[in-house]
Amino acid sequence: MAREFGEVILDLQNISLRFGGVKALTDISFNVREHEIRSIIGPNGAGKSSMLNVMNGVYHPQEGRILFRGEQRQKMEPHMAASQGIARTFQNIALFKGMSVLDNIMTGRNLKMHTNLFQHALFWGAAQREEIEHRKKVEEVIDFLEIQSIRKTPVGRLPYGLQKRVELARALAAEPSLLLLDEPMAGMNVEEKQDMCRFILDVNDQFGTTIVLIEHDMGVVMDISDRVVVLDYGKKIGDGVPDEVKNNPDVIAAYLGTSH
Amino acid sequence: MSDSHGQTAGGSALDTFPRLLMQHAKVRPGRPAMREKAYGIWQTYTWAEVAENVRAIACGLAELGFRRGDRLAIIGDNRPRLYWSVAACQCLGGIPVLLYQDAVAEEMAYVLQDAEIRFAVVEDQEQVDKMLEILPEVPLLERVVYDDPRGMRHYADTLLMGLDELQAMGRSHDQNQGDFLNAEIEKGASDDISVMLYTSGTTGKPKGVCQTHGAFIAAATGGRQFDKLTDQEDILSYLPMAWVGDHLFSFAQAMVAGFTINCPESGETVMTDLREIGPTYYFAPPRVFENLLTTVMIRMEDAGWFKRKIFAHFMDVARRCGAEILDGKPVAGGDRLQYWLGNLLVYGPLKNVLGMSRIRVAYTAGAAIGPDLFRFYRSIGINLKQLYGQTETCAYVCLQPDGEIKLDSVGKPAPFVEVKLADNGEILVKGPMLLKAYYRRPDATAESINVDGYFMTGDAGFFDEDGHLKIIDRAKDVGKLNNGAMFAPNYIENKLKFFQHVKEAVVFGSKRDFVTAFINIDLEAVGNWAERKGMSYAGYTDLAQQTAVYELIRECIEKVNADLAGDPMMSGSQVHRFLILHKELDADDGELTRTRKVRRNFISEKYAVLVDALFAGKKAEHIETEVKYEDGRVGRVSADLRIEDTKTFAPRGAVKAA
Repeated sequence: MAREFGEVILDLQNISLRFGGVKALTDISFNVREHEIRSIIGPNGAGKSSMLNVMNGVYHPQEGRILFRGEQRQKMEPHMAASQGIARTFQNIALFKGMSVLDNIMTGRNLKMHTNLFQHALFWGAAQREEIEHRKKVEEVIDFLEIQSIRKTPVGRLPYGLQKRVELARALAAEPSLLLLDEPMAGMNVEEKQDMCRFILDVNDQFGTTIVLIEHDMGVVMDISDRVVVLDYGKKIGDGVPDEVKNNPDVIAAYLGTSH
Repeated sequence: MSDSHGQTAGGSALDTFPRLLMQHAKVRPGRPAMREKAYGIWQTYTWAEVAENVRAIACGLAELGFRRGDRLAIIGDNRPRLYWSVAACQCLGGIPVLLYQDAVAEEMAYVLQDAEIRFAVVEDQEQVDKMLEILPEVPLLERVVYDDPRGMRHYADTLLMGLDELQAMGRSHDQNQGDFLNAEIEKGASDDISVMLYTSGTTGKPKGVCQTHGAFIAAATGGRQFDKLTDQEDILSYLPMAWVGDHLFSFAQAMVAGFTINCPESGETVMTDLREIGPTYYFAPPRVFENLLTTVMIRMEDAGWFKRKIFAHFMDVARRCGAEILDGKPVAGGDRLQYWLGNLLVYGPLKNVLGMSRIRVAYTAGAAIGPDLFRFYRSIGINLKQLYGQTETCAYVCLQPDGEIKLDSVGKPAPFVEVKLADNGEILVKGPMLLKAYYRRPDATAESINVDGYFMTGDAGFFDEDGHLKIIDRAKDVGKLNNGAMFAPNYIENKLKFFQHVKEAVVFGSKRDFVTAFINIDLEAVGNWAERKGMSYAGYTDLAQQTAVYELIRECIEKVNADLAGDPMMSGSQVHRFLILHKELDADDGELTRTRKVRRNFISEKYAVLVDALFAGKKAEHIETEVKYEDGRVGRVSADLRIEDTKTFAPRGAVKAA
């Protein structure tokens, strides 16, 4: 499959992140190009989730530069990332358990709502029109992820695999240009993983969304990624297309546990 | 075989489906013809819109080179655009061939070869993939049109085309040469084949049943008169389009009566959609009614004691007088009052939960329905009736008239239909709804229609004193035990399946000394039962082999034995030994037909070891079987199955007879 990518939209240059004396990330540079599926892999504690948190502004690296669409970001906060079109899912599901699937996904539209609390309380005129507009978008996402049958089910009642899908739905409802997925397939069985892979590829293909993904399942990563970056102990030890990474001696050593 | 029976009075020329459609577009252009739930909202298509869309598809197909007499394969869930494709194909004088959407690729290859398909309209990527997979085996296939473009962006095959694109092409064609399609519709005749439906293949390879416009219109007209259907009915179309029942109810009757069909959002949302639509006219196989009841019962068992008490009390009332009130028979005033109260507190809300508040007429067919189940629905005021028919008769032979409902009969011959019995008890039928022929199988056609023009159904039955038909079994399945007693396997299996814990049963006994049975437990019902008893289990295979489950099933079988002992003809057929299978019987493994009927011969060959063990008196037997998963992968399941004996009873009927 010949795939075409656009420009670099996210460029991370010499990122270092410390928590007190603990170096979570050391001098890491890599970039993400428009429309690609970029994976971050590495053993436990390698700094993958920290990397993702740096990308959407949860953590602020002590050193290094982040360029998003060519602009340097200083001290970015998560809500700014969100309004710039970066959405994410979490390693441990972060949904509102008591709310229905539909309401959870609606929260993904929050940043796009322009009417205020008072208007919403009255729910008349602009607020109502806006709600209908947003609901339509949400329904498209529901249709896309094939979760029509659980639309009104409280999230807490759903099995784990479906909750993950709802989380993806909420991220998609924000119509992101860059989607960060933190272990979207953790704890799933083979069939659920296959479904999730298909959805990720479809999102990438149909909406042209750029995807950065952390995943432990090597089969999945090598199958769907365009490029892979490998972290180990907070350092980058490999970067390239799946085949290069697979044959990289450092990567093999990190995964098989050979001493350096 | 055109027959004027089926036509409406006045000798109008509404004798083909395209003409009916165009008539509706003229007479009731603004009435909803179809609804489909999409993006969480019911989208409505009026008759005028449907006609316009059908024209567009028809003209598009004509542009692709589709000609009179060509067959068009249609595969997918119940989608409006697939129903439109059926009508569009008929406009051009083509023959729609409806396939089961869950069939695996090889099964489809057979039908596509048999029907010499050049064009196919399919629902989505899943079906497109199947078409591409079997392409080398079906060289005639020229074009595959898909309804849902999702995931199709990278398919470069020149064979493929989107339905949107086809319709756009057709629209401009129709605008330029509007006379073309009208002329094509004009050419159609009542005696033309309107549809080809494949038999489920309980016996041998599936055969294409060719039905004419006249046949289906006759069946639909008869049904409309019989149940006084109007254009105000609402029906939920959720059963496979390839099944004759859906074609009769969702296509033919909708076209004849002009009522509204509603397509659910997806297979999993049918229950919700049913509640939202609240159909007035409903069809479901017994299995669906059974599942609904099981769900209700399980939820009731989890309810608080007060609610359980109220439910139990009013269900008793309903059992006592509900069915009689529905039939308009005299009922004591006190019971009437109680029933009215029950309707307020229990039956009404229950019907609402089931989505059956508005139902005027509901039918079930396809398999025998348990008497308890049947009575349950009737007693809460749902006019559930049975019908009898097969693919070859447009699912239209016998219907139960309102107010004359018997649990174990399938009713009286429907309007225009003549039914008689052969000497061996086989049911023979004649009427305008008979098939024209089996596609390219004159031998099979000759075999199934006798010299007097009667279709031989292959079912054995008899008429009771009120002229109601009762079905016993397949005529060829009715065998004899070694001692000469009659053995009707289906009859016994149905009795077993009426227990909620038994999902499937297969009994053996023809040319044997006694009767034995394979049982499939119902995982949901037995699992729930086990949960309440605090038993732990690791899936179907484990649960099936537990001693307590064997006890549970043994009780069911012994009840059936006691019941059979009371019937002089059947007392010899009591089940002596049984085992619970280690896996659920599955259509993907060829053990059930696509309509979920057991294929007894196939099963007895596949599990010959087990059958031998049952009759050899062994206590246990090892078995290893291959199972096919839905995605085509193959796995193996092995288990040691226990075999147990059951108590049998002395024939009570024999004493009476002597």
